[in-house]
Amino acid sequence: MLLIRCPYCEAERPEVEFTYAGEAHIARPADPSALSDDEWRDFLFIRTNPRGRHFERWRHMHGCGRFFNAVRDTVTDKFAMTYKAGEPRPSDEEIALAGSATSVGEARP
Amino acid sequence: MLLANHPLPGKTIPGDTASRLSIRAAEDTARFSLRIDPAAVQAAGTAFGTPLPTRIGGMTATGGRSALQLGPDEWMLTAPVAESDGIADAFAALQEPHSLVDVGHREVGILVEGEAAALALRSAIAFDVEAMAVGSGCRTLFDKAQIVLVREDENRFRIVVWRSFADHVWGLLQAVSREIALGI
Repeated sequence: MLLIRCPYCEAERPEVEFTYAGEAHIARPADPSALSDDEWRDFLFIRTNPRGRHFERWRHMHGCGRFFNAVRDTVTDKFAMTYKAGEPRPSDEEIALAGSATSVGEARP
Repeated sequence: MLLANHPLPGKTIPGDTASRLSIRAAEDTARFSLRIDPAAVQAAGTAFGTPLPTRIGGMTATGGRSALQLGPDEWMLTAPVAESDGIADAFAALQEPHSLVDVGHREVGILVEGEAAALALRSAIAFDVEAMAVGSGCRTLFDKAQIVLVREDENRFRIVVWRSFADHVWGLLQAVSREIALGI
């Protein structure tokens, strides 16, 4: 069971309480009608799908109900950190600092 | 409470001895779901008659009324059934924008008491129930059913669950109490 830290509850909670909600930091176009078909397609469907560090949205569905953002490694499934929705993408230093300070998201048997 | 559809009135699971584990349907209470801007929490506390907690999982109680914070802007308020109308009226006079919904009929309470209470709950709850602070509560999953779990005392927990899920939760508790009674 993965433990995920909810930045609103400020507690580590089991993975079953959460739902995944896709890639984070995808801003809706300010003027959608001005977009070409290709740009609209990119906004709707094209994702980075990285191997490694991924910024993604999660929702604490069976808890406080809030959406928040997480930094997870898609290879090891390790959560480096989580932060509130609306906060800017954390820098490499912040992620390293958060990862060394706690072992949040460590996979447990 | 509409008793015709109440799945568990007066039911108990005795366990082996009452001190070790006893599970029973809790008496009826009034319950409200309150959504309000956290900045206005003080005004809401004045209307409710009990200051509201300001930390998720925190709980306050005075004179039979209690408030549990479930989310950044969400509280569960409980009170004796007879005070239900008074609370609705008090919030109707509140000038802050808010939503107060009576959910008393939606949910039923189950009390899990005794030394083995945490052990019984651990069978279907994924987080560390033992580490939960006394006087705190949270929304979580019991098996697949969403519940609100409150630790009222070292050895007393209250489950608040939607009535349609109550049979499922009750059945699981019955099975696990048998295992505990047999020492498995």
